[in-house]
Amino acid sequence: MRSVDYPGYARPLHSGAWWLWGLGLAAAASRTTNPVLCLLILAAAGFVVMARRSRAPWAYAFGAFLKLGLLIIAVRIVLQAVLSSQSQGIHVIVDLPEIPLPAWAAGLKLGGLITWEAVLTAFSQGLQLATIICCVGAVNALASAQRLLRSVPGALYEVGVAAVVALTFAPQLVSDAVRVRSAQRLRGYDGGGLAGLRRTAMPVLEGALGRSVELAAAMDSRGYGRTTDVAVGARRFTAALVFTGVLGVAVGMYGLLDASVTGWLGLPMLGVGCLLAAGGLVVGGRRTRRTRYRPDPWALPEWLVVTAGVGCAVMFFVVAARSPGAAVPAYPLDIPQVPVLALVGALVGALPAVLAPPTPDRSPESGAVGQAAAGASEELSS
Amino acid sequence: MIVFDQVSVTYADTPSPTLKDVSLQIPEGELCLVVGPTGSGKSTLLKCINGLVPHFTGGTLAGQVVVGGRSTRSHHPRDLVDVVGYVGQDPAAGFVSDSVEDEIAYGMESLSIAPATMRKRVEETLDLLGLADARHRPVATLSGGQQQRVAIGSVLTTHPRILVLDEPTSALDPQAAEEVLATMQRLVHDLGLTVVLAEHRLERVVQYADQMLLVPGDGSPVTLGTPAEVMRESPLAPPVVELGRAAGWSPLPLSVRDARRRVAGLREALAGSAAPTHSGDPAHQVLASTAGLVVSYGGAPAVRDVTLQVAAGEIVAVMGRNGSGKSTLFKAFVGLVKPSGGSVTAGGLTPGRSRPSQVISAVGLVPQNPSDILYADSVADECAQADSDADVAPGTAATLLKTLAPGVPLNCHPGDLSEGQRLILALCVVMAAAPPLLLLDEPTRGLDYGAKRRLVRVLERLARTGHGVALATHDVELVAEVATRVVVMADGEVVANGPTADIVVSSPAFAPQVAKILAPDPWLTVTDITAALASQAAS
Repeated sequence: MRSVDYPGYARPLHSGAWWLWGLGLAAAASRTTNPVLCLLILAAAGFVVMARRSRAPWAYAFGAFLKLGLLIIAVRIVLQAVLSSQSQGIHVIVDLPEIPLPAWAAGLKLGGLITWEAVLTAFSQGLQLATIICCVGAVNALASAQRLLRSVPGALYEVGVAAVVALTFAPQLVSDAVRVRSAQRLRGYDGGGLAGLRRTAMPVLEGALGRSVELAAAMDSRGYGRTTDVAVGARRFTAALVFTGVLGVAVGMYGLLDASVTGWLGLPMLGVGCLLAAGGLVVGGRRTRRTRYRPDPWALPEWLVVTAGVGCAVMFFVVAARSPGAAVPAYPLDIPQVPVLALVGALVGALPAVLAPPTPDRSPESGAVGQAAAGASEELSS
Repeated sequence: MIVFDQVSVTYADTPSPTLKDVSLQIPEGELCLVVGPTGSGKSTLLKCINGLVPHFTGGTLAGQVVVGGRSTRSHHPRDLVDVVGYVGQDPAAGFVSDSVEDEIAYGMESLSIAPATMRKRVEETLDLLGLADARHRPVATLSGGQQQRVAIGSVLTTHPRILVLDEPTSALDPQAAEEVLATMQRLVHDLGLTVVLAEHRLERVVQYADQMLLVPGDGSPVTLGTPAEVMRESPLAPPVVELGRAAGWSPLPLSVRDARRRVAGLREALAGSAAPTHSGDPAHQVLASTAGLVVSYGGAPAVRDVTLQVAAGEIVAVMGRNGSGKSTLFKAFVGLVKPSGGSVTAGGLTPGRSRPSQVISAVGLVPQNPSDILYADSVADECAQADSDADVAPGTAATLLKTLAPGVPLNCHPGDLSEGQRLILALCVVMAAAPPLLLLDEPTRGLDYGAKRRLVRVLERLARTGHGVALATHDVELVAEVATRVVVMADGEVVANGPTADIVVSSPAFAPQVAKILAPDPWLTVTDITAALASQAAS
């Protein structure tokens, strides 16, 4: 076994593995509106985040996603239980005075009966959505977007570098804006309003533009965009492959979503499109000969983490197929059932807390983004 | 190694060529220093070497540039990576990745060098540049000197034979500049690299150069020669050379050591005159003061227990390494940061609790980057806006600008001005409200000797008309020229405070070249010495 295969040795896990794990958990959550099962998945995601997040600034993203989840649940309850005029059930919590609405607002109501059934249904549906979103949030807290972009296929290398650069630029703009705004005070300008915005925006944008030009010059003089010579024909062939592929994907998606078109426009078209596009990327990748310095390894821990995510999803799919009553409770006031398999699934989903390697003490990926953001918040607070 | 053959460069919207008929050869292994005033075309010349001109910048290039046998006509910058390494003016702006290691490896990835070779070269480069401790650090957290070394390292890994550096030490404090220059020396001596570098701070680099290229920028032809030859005619010269010219030495001294070995005669000639004291008249009214000032960011104090006064008519220089609290102290004076302990008063106000429009009538600050406070489309608009911000008669700022820097075009965009002109424009914008006390943060960054001389005249004029001036600066020559008092800060504390001559003459870090040459006699500037020599000749 290589050293990267030991789950005990500290190193950042491949970002792609975290994404697959997170999507697995999200897929599991999409199969159930049972609040207990949703909470189990949420707990698994949260446990992994607490155990394996780094000290980078984005590591605190999970908290923000949890708050977003609460907001989603609240909005769902208000819309569905209080404003919707659908049949609400018989267990009344409170009977509010109802304001009559004109005929064109059919389907809506203001006030009236509010029932336990309506509130609990809205709650469990909101919780499902919140859980899915928090699974994505967990990935955001665990994986660095920059490292993921570094692993894009060769043909997209240049686009990947551009995206990485853009990611470092955004926080830089924030700290520039803070600096310029305080500098405008030096002119004796008391501030505020549209004029104040212009005073800040102009120097910030000019500065950003200047820096971009300088960066482009630096990248050009360091070999960005070097290509091996390829025949014009080969280049056109690649472009044609990718273009027809993307077209196929678009038509296929349309066919899948619109039930009125013939069947062969759907899945088959999507498959052919994906194949063509992938072929284009492979052929195009040969054009840009490039090596990677210490690419993020994909070793045993990555496989284990992905397996945990997929395993969790599979078990929830099985639960949904075998006991639909447990996955999607028919009556919201019943005590939700908890199948053993779902419990095991959630536990499997939480396994990366021990299967993924621990986070290194130094955080090599706490990069310019975090620094600039920290600088900005420091200046703001001062 | 580098051949320029009848090279002229003309940018699209300029009437005359930026470079005209430049023909020169730089042989392998030389360290060639490019000097010239701001805007003379130094950067253009450097960018010609790796083909950024004209492939990236646009414009028309006539003639031919050949580097390592390849013409830039047919080779793009990216195809010359293995011949020329180019580091631009602001290294931080050229960083592509997050961590030091990735940044250093980036160039090799584009060259598709085998992973095993890459690892080896990264380790070698880290050692060569003394960056091994910082290998996992994010580039944004490095000091200026470290960033510059990372930028150099990132172009070295492709094993170029030529290294082109555009003003590598201009933005650095003296200690960081030392680090970078020592690294550069090692590259020239150990690796035999050909280095071409442009620099304003001649006093730092002139003694290391094998060849010197003067780009006058007024249409006259460029001169290439040994530093001693070129310095004889050069309009830009470090103090040691000016001293040599004043004393009539030939060949001219290029380093403090050269000059010190020849100084006996000059010392005798000066024996009869007393060095001017450079100290102000302390009886003037106090314009601003701090008492036990403490300012902290988060938990760490950036300024600790500072008690300081600035009076009318004096020019106070605040010195100290980066991060010693100079800028924070200035920000406290104008209320951009609030004290966590002690007090600040300026013109009877407490800046942290006053409106910006009140503060500006007591104290004005020109920030480190003057562009931060400029935003209008033209110089004239900028002045008009300054008048209305300060609530003074229209034309005040424009008149001030005319007096301080005649010849700044009013319809020009502030971004198109030279560094020096932009600084004076920012100064005028701040001065429109006529604050009695003026603070300047790093005013000489990127200024050439001419612009610096004009700044000195402006500051002396302000002091004569009863203003108080305080400068935060690393530029020891500027301090020797204008300051009446020097305050040295370290770790947020004031460690020395006294008349300029007392503080700087004996200090290894803060002594100007003239003081180092004539120590222990307290002479500070060439101007003082020429005046003394002239008065002796007259009597």
